[in-house]
Amino acid sequence: MTDPAHDYDAVIVGTGPAGATAADVLTAAGWSVIMLEKGRNHLLSLDAPFAPLGHVSNDEIKFFSRHFLGPDPFLEPRTYRRDDGDGDHLFAGEVNNLPSTVGGGGFHADGKLPRFRAVDFKARSELGPIEGSDIVDWPVDYDEMEPYYAEAENLVGVAGRAGANPFAEWRSGEYPMPPGADMFGAVLTTEAAQRLGYNPYPAPTGVNSVPYDGRPACNNCGFCGFFGCPIDAKGDPVAPLRNALRTGRCDIRPESYVERVLLDASGRTARGVRYLDADGNAHEVTGRVVVVAGGAWETPRLLLRSEIANSSGLVGRYLMYHFQTYVVGSFPFRLHGHRGRSVTHLHDDHMILDADNLAFAKEHGLPYFRAGIVEHGGGGHPILEGQYTEPGIAHTREMLDSKMRDRLWAFTVQGEDLPQITNQIDLDPRVRDVYGFPVGRATYDVHAHEVVASRYYAPKLAEIMRAAGAEQTFSITSPRLEGDRAARDGASVSRHIMGTCRMGDDPRSSVVDRWQRFHDVENMICTDSSVFPTSTGYGPTLTIVALAIRACRALAGVPPLQSQRAS
Amino acid sequence: MLRFLTEHEHAVLAAAADRLIPPLDAHPGGAALGVADYVDRLLGAFTFDPPLIFAGGPFSGRAGGEASFGKFLTLSRHEETAWRTRIEGSRGMAEREFNGPTRGWQAIYREGIAALGDDFLTVAGAEQDLRLRANPELREVFYAHACEGAYGPPEYGGNPGTAGWIAIDFPGDVQPRGWTDEEVRGRD
Repeated sequence: MTDPAHDYDAVIVGTGPAGATAADVLTAAGWSVIMLEKGRNHLLSLDAPFAPLGHVSNDEIKFFSRHFLGPDPFLEPRTYRRDDGDGDHLFAGEVNNLPSTVGGGGFHADGKLPRFRAVDFKARSELGPIEGSDIVDWPVDYDEMEPYYAEAENLVGVAGRAGANPFAEWRSGEYPMPPGADMFGAVLTTEAAQRLGYNPYPAPTGVNSVPYDGRPACNNCGFCGFFGCPIDAKGDPVAPLRNALRTGRCDIRPESYVERVLLDASGRTARGVRYLDADGNAHEVTGRVVVVAGGAWETPRLLLRSEIANSSGLVGRYLMYHFQTYVVGSFPFRLHGHRGRSVTHLHDDHMILDADNLAFAKEHGLPYFRAGIVEHGGGGHPILEGQYTEPGIAHTREMLDSKMRDRLWAFTVQGEDLPQITNQIDLDPRVRDVYGFPVGRATYDVHAHEVVASRYYAPKLAEIMRAAGAEQTFSITSPRLEGDRAARDGASVSRHIMGTCRMGDDPRSSVVDRWQRFHDVENMICTDSSVFPTSTGYGPTLTIVALAIRACRALAGVPPLQSQRAS
Repeated sequence: MLRFLTEHEHAVLAAAADRLIPPLDAHPGGAALGVADYVDRLLGAFTFDPPLIFAGGPFSGRAGGEASFGKFLTLSRHEETAWRTRIEGSRGMAEREFNGPTRGWQAIYREGIAALGDDFLTVAGAEQDLRLRANPELREVFYAHACEGAYGPPEYGGNPGTAGWIAIDFPGDVQPRGWTDEEVRGRD
């Protein structure tokens, strides 16, 4: 199908869930694709049968202390500030880093893959505006998305149980696998939550609970979130990449840093990209279509550097994270949180409006607020525990007791973060990466919505934790809320980054259209979470994959998917 | 055999490790947990080929499978730049100073250990604590490394015989054996 004027049908920038899904769908439609990935390949052999490389291991030094999956903050720093008043930046180094490696953010995620609810796509019309933010409806709705969610769950291999979450929307079928083993701490906290009237459910998880798609069942090693799977039991991003490679029409080039998207003379058509190879040599590669999938931080950085697709002035704007509230309990007995899938349960109750939270919102000058999914999960690993402890005898005492690891259980709220035009990714005026290009800079401050939601829900979560048997609880947030402004100078640690090329029908108020095609560049689409108009309170990855399936089928002229409610 | 530290520097770091991670009950101190050996392997990482930065995988052999952590992975050109800069410092080299100069760990340790005094090994523990506190640059870098050495995989040079993991009742790497569903779900 490739016409002689182009090297490939599609040039895909990035190999995370967004790029991998695009490669899978486009190669299945007969297209040839090249995937350019700035990081190294530690995931799978690029020769048939595309087996794991064996680089992934239960190794806290490699994955936590030494930036094995990249980006190394020395080579590719990022910067952060709250607003202009902070000057060029407050900090340069590691900011919201997601793996820069073949597989991208999917590599280290523990694979919690919930769907959004119908209201998440229509928050503006169903819930209304909130002053100081630009909440908009998505140009898609849940009913249209359902078959793509189902397809995404089958592609990645999601373990879950239909009907377990009373707030979930309708489904066209069961999950492809049943849930994996409940972690002991989650058994305690879900029972306590149920006693207090909440509705916890097994987290939909992209980790095999039974052999699936030629890959084995998870064996609960516990080095899950922020590591990578040593035994190939996690489907994202291996499954779509392997599918694409098996067609023989997918060429993956690691250590290939896309410097610029190239347009033709019309200025409305992408020709391809220029990239630097591992030795620093520049190459151009052309395609009928360019798919940008670098993630919601790197995608706007590439577009701003290329000076394209920005007639709206909104590239990089409406940066959103999840406002994270952690409620931590220490227990009088060991919870062995180092066994299992890091997080095994969620509850959605804190996204549901009721008379009590609406009254609290009004007291604080808001029409309403929503938090996000609450993850029931275990503590960290021992190096991290040690480094958090003061040196001296307190260190050894703490490590023996292990209040911060083996007797710790945590709720993590992925709180909805409102879209504010002042929150953005742009190019830092001074700091450079090892390739010589300006690094991305986050300018970000919270909205009162996130703060009020967190203050409302944190005590309720502490109550659940105590009911589960915790002797002590405490709560922290990211970004921090405690202290004066000078003390609140830390960047968000969220790895959920969204919204920097928002999707919409009006080219003046959005960057891509409802098919994720750039308004300004007719043959370029974006398949990553940059396109999210709102952040919702759910992890973004399943929606990234579902949207990418939808957009790439449309791009390739494959008929849309349809679905019906299961009886 | 030491790769970067002198015998004296190694002895000073071992003594300092026992101040930051003191022995208590069944928990050995930082000295017995091989913290000074870990730091020596890190500072001398580039005397090995491949350098001792990223251990291999997928299995150590401790929970079955073929032992492969010891087969360290090769670095990319840029990774070598990053790790040499952290360890050796930027030394005025343009390719290491694209955002300005970096002081390396080798200098921080060598000069920091010297600043602890020639008599560090013979003074009382309280005095050792005071001298470490007076040297915050060394103390901060060394404490982070001490925790890595004490509780990281032994292939990096510390945690001999997994003594650090045994002390804190942590199983360490468990692939490919993993845990049964009952071990995940149940109370011990």
